Amino acid sequence: MSYDVRRHRLSNGLRVVLAPDRSAPVVAIAVYYDVGWRSEPEGRTGFAHLFEHLMFQGSASLEKMEHAHYVMSSGGTLNGSTRLDYTNYFEVLPSNALERGLFLEADRMRSPRVTEENLANQIAVVKEEIKVNVLNQPYGGFPWLLLPPLLFDTFPNAHNGYGGFEDLDNATVEDASEFFKRYYAPGNAVLAVGGDMDPDETLALIEKHFADIPRRKTPPRPSFSEPGLTSERRGEVVDANSPTPAVALGWRVPDPLGDMDAYLPFVVLADILVRGDASRLRQRLVHDEHLVTDISAAVSLLEDPFDVRDPTMFLVTAFHGGEVASDDVVTAIDQELDRLATDGLEDGELSRIQARIAASLLTRLDFILGRTLAMASLEQQRQDPGLVAGLPALIGSVTAAQVVAAAATLQPDRRARLDLKPGASR
Amino acid sequence: MTARARAVPGLTKPRPAKLPTLAERTLGNGLRVVAVRRGGVPMVHLRLRVPFAGRKPDHLPKRLVLEATMTHGTSAHSRTELAVALQEVGAGLSVSTDTDRLLIRGESLKSGVPRLLELIAEIVTDAQYPKAAVVGEVSRLQTQLKQRLSQPGEIAAEALRNRLYPEHPYGRDLPDPEDIAAVTAGAVRTLHRRWVVPPGSLLIMVGDITPARALDQVERALAEWSGDATKPAPAPQVPIGGDLTLVDRPGAVQSNLRLGGNGLCRRDDDYAALSLANVAFGGYFASRLTQNIREDKGYTYSPRSGLVHGATASGFVVEADVATEVTGPSLVEIAYELGRMVTAPITSSELESAVNYLTGLLALQTATQAGLAGVLETLLADDLDVSWLREHPAALARATVDDVLEQARRFLAPAALATIVVGDAARVGEAVGALSPVVTREA
Repeated sequence: MSYDVRRHRLSNGLRVVLAPDRSAPVVAIAVYYDVGWRSEPEGRTGFAHLFEHLMFQGSASLEKMEHAHYVMSSGGTLNGSTRLDYTNYFEVLPSNALERGLFLEADRMRSPRVTEENLANQIAVVKEEIKVNVLNQPYGGFPWLLLPPLLFDTFPNAHNGYGGFEDLDNATVEDASEFFKRYYAPGNAVLAVGGDMDPDETLALIEKHFADIPRRKTPPRPSFSEPGLTSERRGEVVDANSPTPAVALGWRVPDPLGDMDAYLPFVVLADILVRGDASRLRQRLVHDEHLVTDISAAVSLLEDPFDVRDPTMFLVTAFHGGEVASDDVVTAIDQELDRLATDGLEDGELSRIQARIAASLLTRLDFILGRTLAMASLEQQRQDPGLVAGLPALIGSVTAAQVVAAAATLQPDRRARLDLKPGASR
Repeated sequence: MTARARAVPGLTKPRPAKLPTLAERTLGNGLRVVAVRRGGVPMVHLRLRVPFAGRKPDHLPKRLVLEATMTHGTSAHSRTELAVALQEVGAGLSVSTDTDRLLIRGESLKSGVPRLLELIAEIVTDAQYPKAAVVGEVSRLQTQLKQRLSQPGEIAAEALRNRLYPEHPYGRDLPDPEDIAAVTAGAVRTLHRRWVVPPGSLLIMVGDITPARALDQVERALAEWSGDATKPAPAPQVPIGGDLTLVDRPGAVQSNLRLGGNGLCRRDDDYAALSLANVAFGGYFASRLTQNIREDKGYTYSPRSGLVHGATASGFVVEADVATEVTGPSLVEIAYELGRMVTAPITSSELESAVNYLTGLLALQTATQAGLAGVLETLLADDLDVSWLREHPAALARATVDDVLEQARRFLAPAALATIVVGDAARVGEAVGALSPVVTREA
């Protein structure tokens, strides 16, 4: 399987990916800016995400709410998200709204309209978002906001990317202006368009709407790498909203970009451990020994494994009813990792997991938006948007020996362990 | 940051989506099978929908245990062997139930379709519900129930269900822990024998397939499945408004507001107009509700309204999770926006926007294999057919602002809606009580 993928670069530095697919009259537009939580300044935790909100507040030619209004009244949907290494904005539209969608993205890349009033409004909205997802929610922020400060030491990797309320309150219009100038330069962005369009005509439309956005200096992306852990780190939180305990384990993994051969086996290992009822941890901890109610494993915190740069983590999270101690849960996980590292994989175990991962990757590619987002991200991080069709084969290239070697690195003395204690009286 | 205002480009000529072509067959045992070719990726998505609307009080805990243990073994294969067999062909399978139906969702690489069908057939005809598995899942469900009951969104949804359908299975989704504990393997097996039957059931396959061949494959795999038709629970009473229910959650930093009332089903001639009223009010980001309590006042992150559908009842619901200190003002603004909807027509530009949004949304929802399978399940189970995908946009386009006003008056009037507030009663009780008679209870 492959896709027709074309790459261009405008004179202002904007990178463009075009992937025509005429099977349905729908187009997806994605803009990825190469800035995420890791780049936000100290004293301004949560700023990258707050700024994402501000990008919907009007721009050079558009009043507040008009961006969303134009997308939705054209029959489309839209959103944006902020992650460790990027902030993205996207629309899916009927293909007759392609030029309109491009115009809307160009207008805010040219000049978002940030006012005192809009800033105050969106600080309030973001606080309510944080309450919905964290402060008023059992297991809120566990482990995605709570584990990084244990596993990492430097501000970019360790801080709360949703933001402290005091930092959010301190944000100013000047901060926004500087953040935009520095990180939202066209040369720091990727524009991807997928779906029902002619690539030559679309490129002409992109030139028309984006090319006159002035070129600005593109910020160098610093290395955020840190030395790994040499002894186990333990932390504990009491969650007043949660009725039952949980435990999260995080280990550092190889550089997803610089050392992909060493990184890929961890992606497969996660599913060997928890994907489906025949997986090792589900079988033993959920079904046979009833130690946990749910268990998950993944490479990376919030992103998908091909959407994040170094440093990232291998994460195992387990929820249980409290009838057993979290220590017993962790011991069982350690034993299963040891067994895998010592005895290796069973016949057929690797190939069936590889088939299952391939099927999931294909399902994601079936949606033009999922495919276009993946292409934009792969262009931004790997300069290789066509890799989107090659991911199943890459997963298929991982060997049993590599998975076993990966499992052998997940030792207690290299990890951070966070225990969540229930504090709910209910 | 000022620049010359540029004109927003207009829309070009739309390219209409092609209606999917359905291949269809009803097997001798009563199972209706539909297959649709949709290439794109070499995958198949499948849905098997089985009517499951029991009316007895213990139906709820039993169906929750059944859905958790249905894939835990047949006489030929253990739970682990079933899971291995599925993954060998890249397949995944999940079982879920709600107040109307049991749904088996499967997906696999296209080469795995015959195997996936064999395994589904094995499960529906021969699931064993081993005692140890049932005991294990009962205990797990009890813990999960405790976890669900700690979530304000779950508490609010359940409180609204209780209010809207107090004497009906639609009124509950969270059983009592002791009712879960009382479920035995024997009871689950009986429930399966009685309810997991082909008459009235619907199997939909969408993907990189040859539809005629797919129908043959389904028939070969599932012809032996048998059983007598079941009788669903009767329709509930039409919900009414009444006193506000305040569910006390001491220390909560937000209040979860839920308003709900009656709605219309998709078959109804006025459904298009009501859908448009919902969208203009709170059904999308460009709505009045979002404009007011999020983008103007900053009370909330994600306010929304929607039409929800059961097999025998439909509803209209409004949801907003708001800061504790603005609970009263938020209720006032929601009532104000509902009041505007029922006292004056929406503008023609609001109407056009809502029509285009709903038309485009339908095209997006049917643009993938999995999405199309889901939409077809919904339509066919509602006794509609695929032509609805063309007729509904036409009905949306025909609706006038007066039609929308008429339906808003029937279903969006504040007095017709039940209101739930989940929040810290000590902090919000006074403001809430000033607006409406209140019944307070514990979470």
